Amino acid sequence: MSVPGLIRLGDNALVLGQRLSEWCGHAPALEEDIALTNIALDLIGQTQLWLGLAGGREGAGRSADTLAYHRDAWDFRNLLLVEQPNRDFAVTMMRQFLFDTWHLEVLSALSAHTDPEISAIAQKSIKEVTYHLERSTDTVIALGDGTEDSHARMQCALDRLWPYVGEMFTTDGDDLTDMAALRPAFDAHVMATLAEATLTRPASDFAHQGGKTGVRHSEHLGHMLATMQVLPRSYPDAKW
Amino acid sequence: MSNEWPLWEVFIRGQHGLSHRHVGSLHASDAEHAIQNARDVYTRRKEGVSIWVVPAAQITATAPDDKGALFDPADDKVYRHPTFFDIPDDVGAM
Repeated sequence: MSVPGLIRLGDNALVLGQRLSEWCGHAPALEEDIALTNIALDLIGQTQLWLGLAGGREGAGRSADTLAYHRDAWDFRNLLLVEQPNRDFAVTMMRQFLFDTWHLEVLSALSAHTDPEISAIAQKSIKEVTYHLERSTDTVIALGDGTEDSHARMQCALDRLWPYVGEMFTTDGDDLTDMAALRPAFDAHVMATLAEATLTRPASDFAHQGGKTGVRHSEHLGHMLATMQVLPRSYPDAKW
Repeated sequence: MSNEWPLWEVFIRGQHGLSHRHVGSLHASDAEHAIQNARDVYTRRKEGVSIWVVPAAQITATAPDDKGALFDPADDKVYRHPTFFDIPDDVGAM
């Protein structure tokens, strides 16, 4: 049964895409505003593919839109990392960097999946995510090794988000690939980038969990979904 | 504003065989950042196969006041313009 694993992938892309779209019109520079919105659109596009395939295989008549707009927080299976609020640009870009590094490894593994529909979506998404990672890596280095203020904000963002890294590498039977096996490649890219960015990896590997299993989302997800879902829930079958 | 990123001019080649064309400008902290921003601002709809970025400060331009001296004399000598030839369709973009 691939449906729970597909929903996890779709929910990660959906929740982070929605989070990034909150920057639209508010980013510190016009170019960054456009870039973040482009990444948000890439992720929403991937969401349509993952959730569309999940809904089709489930066979209960739920489309990607149904899954996105008509489930409550406890039905979502995204990582806790992606539902964390944007706060400042440093937190947004650090969250993006940690997610992109993991995401590219996941998609690389899935591109060799024996299921041709899964590998096709992964291969299509890799092109976009390769660019996402290039951009977020460069930003982490530029701001980490930047001014005193930007360095302090990036270190603060890293300290805040590190407890959400561990959940990405927990794995169970619902995952479409062994997530734990991806950790060494993740660590290699993150450590090399942090060194260049003059940032310090937090010592504790304590990990918040409960997002991908749906057991315990943070309070932030419900607020985000309320904004995202209000229109289709208030006006079912609305067209726009 | 002194803390604004420098300005870059962006040139994009639409397809192989054509030359790069100026498409606009943007702000970025360095050349690589400018390429990334150009990708996001100007090439999201498959507009290009190649991007150039040039620091706007590095471009030397003609002054508007020199327009007459530089360009007007060409207009009254019709033999300078290759207007007496028909260009075959097969030549393509020129």
